[in-house]
Amino acid sequence: MHRTGELYGQFQTLEQQKESATLGMWIFLVTEVLFFGGLFLTYTINRRTFSTAFGIGSNTLDITLGAGNTVVLIMSSLTMAMAVWSAQVGKKKLVCIFLIATLGLGTVFLGVKAIEYKQKFDHHLIPGRSFDMKYHPANPMAGDDLKELALEKKEVDEAFAVDPDINFHGQLYFSLYFGMTGLHALHMIVGAGLLLWLIKGSFAGRFTPQYNTPVEVVGLYWHFVDIVWIYLFPLLYLIHRHR
Amino acid sequence: MSDTPPTPDHQLPRTHYLNATYGSGIRSWLLTTDHKRIALLYLCSVTVFFFIGGVLATMIRIHLLTPGGALVTPETYNKLFTMHGVAMIFFFLVPSIPAVFGNFLIPLMIGAKDLAFPKLNLLSWYLYMVGGCFVLYSFSTGGLDTGWTFYTPLSSVYSNSAVTPAVIGIFINGFSTILTGLNFIVTIHTMRAPGMTWFRLPLFVWAHYATSLIMVLATPVVAITLLLVGLERLFHLGFFNPALGGDPILFQHLFWFYSHPVVYIMILPGMGVVSEIIPTFARKPIFGYSFIAGSSIAIAVIGFFVWAHHMFVTGESTYIALSFSFLSYLVAIPSAVKVFNWTSTLYKGSISWDPPMIYALGFIGLFVIGGLTGLFLASLGLDIHIHDTYFVVAHFHYIMVGGSVMGYVGALHFWWPKITGRLYPQSLSRFAAVVLFIGFNLTFFPQFILGYLGMPRRYHTYPPEFQVLNVLSTAGASILALGYLLPMSYLTWSMRYGKVAGPNPWPATGLEWKTASPPPTENFDVTPEVNWEPYDFKNRTDLGLPAATPSPAPAHGDD
Repeated sequence: MHRTGELYGQFQTLEQQKESATLGMWIFLVTEVLFFGGLFLTYTINRRTFSTAFGIGSNTLDITLGAGNTVVLIMSSLTMAMAVWSAQVGKKKLVCIFLIATLGLGTVFLGVKAIEYKQKFDHHLIPGRSFDMKYHPANPMAGDDLKELALEKKEVDEAFAVDPDINFHGQLYFSLYFGMTGLHALHMIVGAGLLLWLIKGSFAGRFTPQYNTPVEVVGLYWHFVDIVWIYLFPLLYLIHRHR
Repeated sequence: MSDTPPTPDHQLPRTHYLNATYGSGIRSWLLTTDHKRIALLYLCSVTVFFFIGGVLATMIRIHLLTPGGALVTPETYNKLFTMHGVAMIFFFLVPSIPAVFGNFLIPLMIGAKDLAFPKLNLLSWYLYMVGGCFVLYSFSTGGLDTGWTFYTPLSSVYSNSAVTPAVIGIFINGFSTILTGLNFIVTIHTMRAPGMTWFRLPLFVWAHYATSLIMVLATPVVAITLLLVGLERLFHLGFFNPALGGDPILFQHLFWFYSHPVVYIMILPGMGVVSEIIPTFARKPIFGYSFIAGSSIAIAVIGFFVWAHHMFVTGESTYIALSFSFLSYLVAIPSAVKVFNWTSTLYKGSISWDPPMIYALGFIGLFVIGGLTGLFLASLGLDIHIHDTYFVVAHFHYIMVGGSVMGYVGALHFWWPKITGRLYPQSLSRFAAVVLFIGFNLTFFPQFILGYLGMPRRYHTYPPEFQVLNVLSTAGASILALGYLLPMSYLTWSMRYGKVAGPNPWPATGLEWKTASPPPTENFDVTPEVNWEPYDFKNRTDLGLPAATPSPAPAHGDD
């Protein structure tokens, strides 16, 4: 199909093109809800069945990093919304700035996530042969708060008394933790790629009040990925949290 | 053809989508964004998978000629029926009518130049091909023996076959389905020509709208489920493995949450095809247009709430079983609405026995048997007796082969003149339709009896008293194969030697018949404006029909 300016040949008008693109993205997001939905269901059912193991699992997560990341991501949604607004009112320079800010915040989120994954690796909490929920309390690392770990050790011992198979069920928790946050991170990486493409377009001054569909559509996607995290954070970090 | 008025000799248009130059040779096909060319890419690739699935089915039927098994080892038999199911369901039935005919026809039927997202459409085909390659790799390196249902922990722990590549292939192919559905929904919403209101849409488009809803809502669930199975297998995780605390019943729920609605992905487009063919060859407006349109949506919606009827014997709660049984009965209502409306359309119609019509009538008959036996399976008591027997196999083959494949071949005959611009030999194709119908019934009707007598499905052996019925079934399968090979050969022949069809050979009322055959790349020279009601034969002077004589039949089409 031939393309005239920003109008692709299969469409009659720019409005029709924009309507199609926006509807397409909404439908894609509905698909995504169902895609994540399978994981959320699996998590919820197992959380109920193995509440002890999942409770301990939750408590090994770093709430400061998690909460900080939540703030970072919400900020990135704000900058994304500002980028869409700037494109709509034709402030071309602001579009660039806000898009770069969004990309920056997204990268910070991914960086923090990498730090958290590394911690789990150090603490023997990666599902597999060396998975052991007792390992870290018994072998604290330099810089660990011993008081907290002592509490955790007692807690883990109690949990073992309640649920002797806790190392299996804990692995389920961490399989789901890595599955859900990993899939979410993958969506962030795709989003970062889309942002790079938008930033290139915004430097070329492509987005005007008449034509800003890509910014708006990627904005929808970015907000969706943000909302997924808004559900993941309480599910994984907050339920059962008591310190 | 005797009822169709004689048409003048036609010439093929000078340039059309098949010979328009976009570049040169193979590149112009592999990089095309023209929905009509992509439809033909799909036509070729689904035919390959149909052929693979068909060969596997033939081997199954030959093996079952003798009670002890005539051809392969038990292990190989497990692989045969699994690979037959995977090839036929995921790579033939799901994409068949939507990706070939939906792709080709939806823009033409609504008066658009293309789908809303042509590049995404091409991407869908590539995803299908990549997924297909993974599955073929699995077939050729050890095969697959889990059953097409991939039940855990067999698929995730115990099976020694190539499950992982198959799961990856189906996962990737799922995104092809999702993107096709997304493309159709957006196209139907935003690309309709002026005057093409929702209630002037052909029923084929309504059926595809309903199908697309299921594609978009159900497919992601099986994608994530199979992803978990793959991860479980690769990294020894325990999502669905009871030895590690996981829940295999959860897998079945997630799987059937997709795999029951997917049955409607396979049958709804066939129903759309029949809704086009019946009024054309009864030369009468379809009876109860809005009810047929609404029943497509109703089937799609109710179809999401019946999945646990596949799990009546898993020990699920009686109350859950009761509600799922009730909801499964509900699906019969919109299905019956369709069947009754098609039959009422035939009543006092001016029926001509062209080949597409024979396929459509075959569809109705076989679908009725398949649908009613579905009610047997939805009833809690009887299901215990016939669960996992050949009764189930016969039931879903009546729907899938008797319904969907019959609809697919019917669509091929109905729109072939539009796709290629040429007609095929009429008497030969009428004969082929009858062969297909007889072969099909002879193959699968004995299986109802076998199942009722207690022959379990998926077994490589059976007691000697079942041999007569099994031999009948195998004999039917060879007639059925002839019923497929005949159209394959004369349709191929007609591409070069068939009589030139002209824009509207039947004649039919849809917008796709207003443009040349084969259509130009842009579909219409000028954007059409629609100012007629669907399936209105009376007030359409452009169809070349003799002037309408006053009909004694009440004007049902107006309601």
